[in-house]
Amino acid sequence: MLRLRNLTCGYGRTPVVHDVSLDIGADEVVAVMGHNGAGKTTLLRAVVGLIPVMSGTIELARPDGTYETINRRPANRRVKAGMAYVPQGQQCFAHLTAGENLRLVADGRRHGKTLIDTQLDRFPALRGLLNRQAGLLSGGQRQQLAIARALITEPRLLILDEPTEGIQPNVVAEIESTIVDLARDGGLSVLLVEQHLGFALQAAARFSVLRSGRVASTGATGDGAVERVREAMAI
Amino acid sequence: MDLLVGQVFTGLSTGSILLLAALGLSLTFGQMGVINMAHGEFIMAGCYTAYVTQQLVGDAGASLLIALPVGFLVGGAMGLILEAVLIRHLYHRPLDTLLVTFGVGLVLQQVARDVFGAPAVNVTVPEALRGGVDLLGTTVPKTRLFILALAVVAVTAVTLVLRFTPAGRRIRAVVGNRDLAETAGISSRAVDAGTFFIGSGLAGVAGVALTLIGSTSPTTGQSYLVDAFLVVVAGGMGRIKGAVVAAVALGTFQAVFETYSTASLAKVGVFIVIVVFLQLRPQGLFTLRTRSLA
Repeated sequence: MLRLRNLTCGYGRTPVVHDVSLDIGADEVVAVMGHNGAGKTTLLRAVVGLIPVMSGTIELARPDGTYETINRRPANRRVKAGMAYVPQGQQCFAHLTAGENLRLVADGRRHGKTLIDTQLDRFPALRGLLNRQAGLLSGGQRQQLAIARALITEPRLLILDEPTEGIQPNVVAEIESTIVDLARDGGLSVLLVEQHLGFALQAAARFSVLRSGRVASTGATGDGAVERVREAMAI
Repeated sequence: MDLLVGQVFTGLSTGSILLLAALGLSLTFGQMGVINMAHGEFIMAGCYTAYVTQQLVGDAGASLLIALPVGFLVGGAMGLILEAVLIRHLYHRPLDTLLVTFGVGLVLQQVARDVFGAPAVNVTVPEALRGGVDLLGTTVPKTRLFILALAVVAVTAVTLVLRFTPAGRRIRAVVGNRDLAETAGISSRAVDAGTFFIGSGLAGVAGVALTLIGSTSPTTGQSYLVDAFLVVVAGGMGRIKGAVVAAVALGTFQAVFETYSTASLAKVGVFIVIVVFLQLRPQGLFTLRTRSLA
């Protein structure tokens, strides 16, 4: 679904992520881990088109399975190509209502109302909050709203940046089970950046650990993965 | 009592003129953060649109009705071109934007001088809008009532578009969080252009309306620019209802001050009030409540 080849990116002329290669297959969940400042968010921002690529390529699968390089494609057109992004920090359009946050991405889509209803079934807590200003929702509610908003775009690749960070434990469990369900249901590849090792290794089939902007370790999740990740992160 | 009613109405009337001039700016400056010093010249373009339309059509009433939408299109097209050619390259560079658009404003004034001449021109007021209406013991000019009604219609239209249409949602989304809007599939580029078109188009409409109460010269728009910026800043950046309250308040202050002094002293009084107000409340009258800034 997504292929990164020797990707280098950063801010201004300063590279933050160096020479990263990563593959995410169809219906596969890949976790990217690393300490704060390791370059995880910078990598995602380049993948979704918010910062430019300095060198290397980002290749996205077309529906027919062939790959195309999308290095220079604007962020909004990557969404149309099947990419959805849930950024760090439970970001939402704070001055729009929760309902408007959802309608915003459903506008112009065929069966937009059905798409919204599907996500409201997934996150029933949002049903009673649709008329509330999104900026006044709790962190957990905003994260559910952010994931619902991303899923309404009918992505083939969902990119999640620390989806459980800073959220109260009972909502974390709900969000974790949603992500595991999404991955299990198929039809969706997931690139998951997560600091919570237990959840990341449970949800993902493979992992990569970033250290100082470079891939320090990569492999399949399963027996011994926790130790390898801890060793790569130097925990 | 008559004096009070007269003052209130003069305040509303002056406020509605300020509001019409400022409404477009509340989109381009208040929402997008672009300091467009050529906004006054878009108002001026609206004035000349009314003048040219009347030369072509002849009938004052029909030409006013035609000039309002045409003025919107002329102002909008000028804004669209300015945004595409210059401003889009200067986002996040407010000082450069200010200087460049100030220069564009001067160029547009000179173009108007070359095309229409330096002396002011007048647009004939339609028969139906001549004279006054007696309201609570005071006579109110019909032209002022028309401008007041137009301001109400314009504010209502902008509010409805922003609040209830997909385009309005996209504008508010891009204003709120540009990166997030892009990653939600919204072309911020297209939204910027559309917002600038609407904001500049409203300046054109304001220009058409202003020909009913004064003559048109190449510097007509400039005289409204500072007041328009004051309305947007005092009302709270990007808050339409703030612009409405600020415009009416400034209009009323000015009308009251003028009663007891001169027009120039009234202007000084208004500036002092705004300076003191912004010292106490720099964010303006209305702000947005959120748990986070995201």
